[in-house]
Amino acid sequence: MSEALDALYRDILMDHYRNPRGKRKLLNPEIHNHGENPLCGDELEMEIKIDGDRVADIYVSCAGCAVSVSSGSMLAEIIKGKSLAEVKRIARAVKAMLTGGEVIDEIELGDLEVLEGVKKFPVRVKCALLSWATLVNSLESYEHGLETKVSSTE
Amino acid sequence: MNGERMTAIKNGVKIGVGSVMAPAGLDPLVIKGDFPILSRIINGHKLIYLDNAATTQKPSCVISALRNYYENQNANVHRGLHTLAEEATAAFEATRKKVAEFIGSVKPEEIIYTRNATEAINLVAYSWGRHNLKPQDRIVLTEMEHHANLVPWIVLAKETGAELKFIPIDGDGLLDLENIDRIISEDTKLVALTHMSNVLGTINPVAEIARIAHHNGALVLLDGAQSVPHLPVNIKEIDADFYAFSAHKMLGPTGIGILYGRESILQKMEPFLFGGEMISEVDFEKATWNVLPWKFEAGTPNIADAVAYGSALDYLTDLGMEAVRSHEMDLTAYALRKLSELDSIKIFGPMDSRLRGGAISFVDRQIHPHDLATFLDSRGIAIRAGHHCAQPLMRRLGVGSTARASFYIYNTFEEIDEFVGAIAEARRYFVNE
Repeated sequence: MSEALDALYRDILMDHYRNPRGKRKLLNPEIHNHGENPLCGDELEMEIKIDGDRVADIYVSCAGCAVSVSSGSMLAEIIKGKSLAEVKRIARAVKAMLTGGEVIDEIELGDLEVLEGVKKFPVRVKCALLSWATLVNSLESYEHGLETKVSSTE
Repeated sequence: MNGERMTAIKNGVKIGVGSVMAPAGLDPLVIKGDFPILSRIINGHKLIYLDNAATTQKPSCVISALRNYYENQNANVHRGLHTLAEEATAAFEATRKKVAEFIGSVKPEEIIYTRNATEAINLVAYSWGRHNLKPQDRIVLTEMEHHANLVPWIVLAKETGAELKFIPIDGDGLLDLENIDRIISEDTKLVALTHMSNVLGTINPVAEIARIAHHNGALVLLDGAQSVPHLPVNIKEIDADFYAFSAHKMLGPTGIGILYGRESILQKMEPFLFGGEMISEVDFEKATWNVLPWKFEAGTPNIADAVAYGSALDYLTDLGMEAVRSHEMDLTAYALRKLSELDSIKIFGPMDSRLRGGAISFVDRQIHPHDLATFLDSRGIAIRAGHHCAQPLMRRLGVGSTARASFYIYNTFEEIDEFVGAIAEARRYFVNE
C-alpha cells in the first residue's frame, strides 16, 4: 500500500471514522448548526451545550468521508470541557496545520495531528475543515447573539 | 470474455455486440500506443484512466497538430493578406467543415465555435432566449441535466418570467415519458435536454422528444457533451434545432466547444458578443452583422485548438463511430456485470448497455466516494467522485455524491478487472468485515 495513503488513513483516523465520538444528541443545546461541503455533498450537524464560558458537551453527526467524519469526531473529543477561548485557539491551530497558515500558538493537538497527512491531498483539506468551519461560525454567531445559519466550506 | 451476444439497432444499422473485439476491429491496445500519457506511472502503478466523461486524453496527432500550428502556421484568421494568414484561416475553417460532416453532414455555416458546451448553451440562452421568451412561456428540461444545461435556464426564466418544467426520471434512470404530453404543452418554447446523461449514462430518446416538441411549436436544444464523443450522431435524423458539445471530451484540446444551430433560426438571432470579426460594416454610431457563422464569433477565436481539434475528428472518423460505440457498449456491459457481483455496490442508471453509454455512477454502501477515489488513485486508477455538476439529480437519487467510472476507446476489459479488484481491496482497507 502506498505510503501517502497510509499517511492519510492513519489508524487513529480510521478508529475515529469507525467509532465517531460525540454521537449523543443533547438536551436544549445553546448552539445547533449545520455545515455542508457543496463540493462533495458532505453534511454535518452540530449541537453544543455551553456552561458559562465552557463547552459542557457536544454532538457531531457527519455524513461524509473518512476524513470529514474522523475530523468531526476528534473535534468532539478535544473541545469537550474546554473554555471557548481555548476552543478557538485549537480551531486556529488546526486550520493552520491543514492550510499551511501561520501558527500563532503552540498547542498540543493530540490525535488531531494525524490530520497533517491530509495536506498531501489538497482536495481533501475541505473535508477535514468542515467540522471546524462549522464550529467557528457557530461560536461567532453565539457570541454575537445571532441566529446560526448553515456553514459552508465554499 | 463476454459470452453474451446481443444485437442493437442504431439508425437502422444492425450492429453485432458482445464479442471481445468489435466487428469493426477496434483494438484498444493499439490505440493506447497513440496516447503518450497512458504510459505514465501514477503512484507506482500504470495509469488506468476511467474519468473520460470529465475529459479524455489526447493522441499524439492532436498534440503534434497543436505544435505544428504554432511552429508553422500561426497568424490571425480571416483578415490577413499574407500566406500564413491564409493558411491559418484555411486550417481553422477546415475543422468547421469536419465538425459539420461528423454530426450528420450539416452546413458549415451552422457550426459556431465557442469555448465549450457550457458557452454554447449560454449563447442560445442569451441570443435566442432573451428575445423570444415572455411570462408564462415554458422551458422544459429533465431531472438529469448537468448544471450547464440547467443554470442558464434558471437565470433566463427568472429574467423573462418563463416557467421551468422537468421531465422526471424513473427508478431505472430513464426518462419517464408517461405525462410528456402534459409537460410539453403549447406554451412550451424550448425543450432542452441531455442526449446522454453524464451521471446515469442514459441515452435519451431525443428524436422522439424532438418530434413532440416540434409538434407543439417548441425548439429543441440538446446537450451533446457526452453523446458526440461516444455515439454516431446525426443531427438531421434527430431534427434538433440546437446541439452543444465540447472538443476536449472527444480527444481534442480544451477551450473549444461547438454550437450547432439550425440556419433559419441562427439567421434571426442577435449576436452573443460584440466586437471584431462579427461585423459586416461599422460606422461611428451603427454596425451591421457579419453572415453566419462569424456573426457569433466576436474577437480572435481559439485558432490553434480548433485546428488541433480537426486531428481529433480525423482520428475518430478513422476508427469509425459505430466501432467506438460497439467497443464501449462491450466494456459497459462487462463493467456493469462485474460491479453487480460486489454486494456492497449500488449502481445508478439503466443496467442494459444498449440504453446507455459508458459513464457508470455507483456508491459503495460503506465507503464514501471520496475515500474510494483516493484509494483507487493510490492504485493508479483515475475515477471521479462528487456530484458531477448535477446536484438536483443527486438529491433525486437520494445521495450526496457518487463515484463514477467512464470509459473510452483505449480502455480494456483487463482494466475493468483491475478497477473492480481494487474496489474489493478498498473494502478490506476501510471496512471491518
